[in-house]
Amino acid sequence: MPADGYLERLKREGRIVVVGASLAGLRAAETLRDEGFAGTLTMVGDEPYEPYDRPPLSKGVLLNRTTPDHTALPRRRALDADWRLGVAATGLDMAAKRVRLADGEELEYDRLLIATGVRARPWPHEREAELDGVFVLRTRDDATALQKRLTDGPRRVFVVGAGFTGSEIASACREREIAVTVAERGAAPLVGALGGVVGEVAAQLQRESGVDLRTGVMVTGLEGDSAGRVRTAHLSDGSSVEADVVVVSLGATRNTEWLTGSGLGAGPRGIACDAGCRAFDIRGIVTDDIFVAGDVARSPHPLFGYQFLSLEHWGNAVSQAETAAHNMLCKSVDRRPHMWVPAFWSSQFGVNIKSVGVPSMGTEILISQGSLAERRFVGVYGYQERVIGAVTFDQARWLPFYEHLIETTASFPPPFATVDRRPEGARPVPADFPDPSVPTHGPTVTLSGYSPADRRMTFTPGRH
Amino acid sequence: MRVVVDLNRCQGYAQCAFLAPDVFEIHGEEALLYKPRPDEAWRDDVVRAVTACPVQAILLDRSDEAVTAGEASDAR
Repeated sequence: MPADGYLERLKREGRIVVVGASLAGLRAAETLRDEGFAGTLTMVGDEPYEPYDRPPLSKGVLLNRTTPDHTALPRRRALDADWRLGVAATGLDMAAKRVRLADGEELEYDRLLIATGVRARPWPHEREAELDGVFVLRTRDDATALQKRLTDGPRRVFVVGAGFTGSEIASACREREIAVTVAERGAAPLVGALGGVVGEVAAQLQRESGVDLRTGVMVTGLEGDSAGRVRTAHLSDGSSVEADVVVVSLGATRNTEWLTGSGLGAGPRGIACDAGCRAFDIRGIVTDDIFVAGDVARSPHPLFGYQFLSLEHWGNAVSQAETAAHNMLCKSVDRRPHMWVPAFWSSQFGVNIKSVGVPSMGTEILISQGSLAERRFVGVYGYQERVIGAVTFDQARWLPFYEHLIETTASFPPPFATVDRRPEGARPVPADFPDPSVPTHGPTVTLSGYSPADRRMTFTPGRH
Repeated sequence: MRVVVDLNRCQGYAQCAFLAPDVFEIHGEEALLYKPRPDEAWRDDVVRAVTACPVQAILLDRSDEAVTAGEASDAR
């Protein structure tokens, strides 16, 4: 019995549910329609807004170039979808092929795409987190609240965690001449994503811009006044900082709790899937009808030794959504692997930072063009004598060349001369990534080994 | 009118900032800042910027379909 008949029926009159109505969910829905899906398409989102773009929330919005309600994503096409916005998914019944929603509704599906993304990790002490003036920044509502408070003219902003988001927030504060202190557990900003060599440059940028940067410290507590407004942050070195706004920027938590007990291979590290975006169940067996994309997915990457990567990157959400949507509608031989080369950008302290590949896998770095001291350079990361990643500071136009090196598993260090090579680029140096077992704010790429499920299984060979 | 720029693709050629300066600006050496919902008055400028971008990184709305909650699924 050929499956073609089924696929034709699926395309004509099937039911597809997309849980997660942000960038990945939207782009997947557009691709489904582009590829001829004419059935019922239901979009479920826990926020009450149509899909919007998050990167501006920590950049253009905080710099007053735009407002959070102006960040809706443009559409590539009409979707003719049923939207369930402001309603979270609360459960999955894999046997009955149904998704439960917070309002009690149940949605049956023939194919399900999970793109529930991540949420900001809150300040762990609940009562301190509830103090007035303590913020996280992930959603439109977060941005609206923080933007208002920055416009009120705070005496000092205190940022917990110097990852990309925390650093961008600090940058926006300095550009608006607001006093800001940044506390980072690691040795430098961005150290988890780019290593200590580049992190040191990020630290200099912050200090030169007037940021009171404290590294190698943890925030031990936030203290409020009698009216419940945050007033003081206490640090592990015994010091304290007076601040009336605190932004907690400690990375993200994957939105997988709603799948607890469903049997899907979902856990705190995300949802494991195969190279074609099909989700694994907890037994490590791939499902037929459940696909994942975006920040919540963990997928094996052919370019990186089939390591499972979770990438919290805008470009990954788009690319993986398109691949998942394509694969949802076609025969297994027509499916495509998700082969996107990781890439991200950040603009902070007047510098445009861009990256390709997986720098955090690198053990060594070579400054192949420009100079760290000038804040204008290309850094190439090497792993086991091949090029594994690259970062540029105000050198974006060179990046496609390095992407090509990564895609072709070129040898490291590169055996050729490069434009604007300085003496400091004569040989590689240790990239100086922190020990992965010591938490920092968390890199935006997580390498999570080979286990497709969070439940360990032991293989016992038979006796002869 | 909704706009998004794929900043992985953007290489700071700044054609958009010349053609639609009210919408796109280069911030520092090569970072791009832009208004994701430009005033309708700038539409022609934005369309020119979309066309001129050497790396085709700018996406402008191709549909203004409204988001509506469908009928309850049991109606099907």
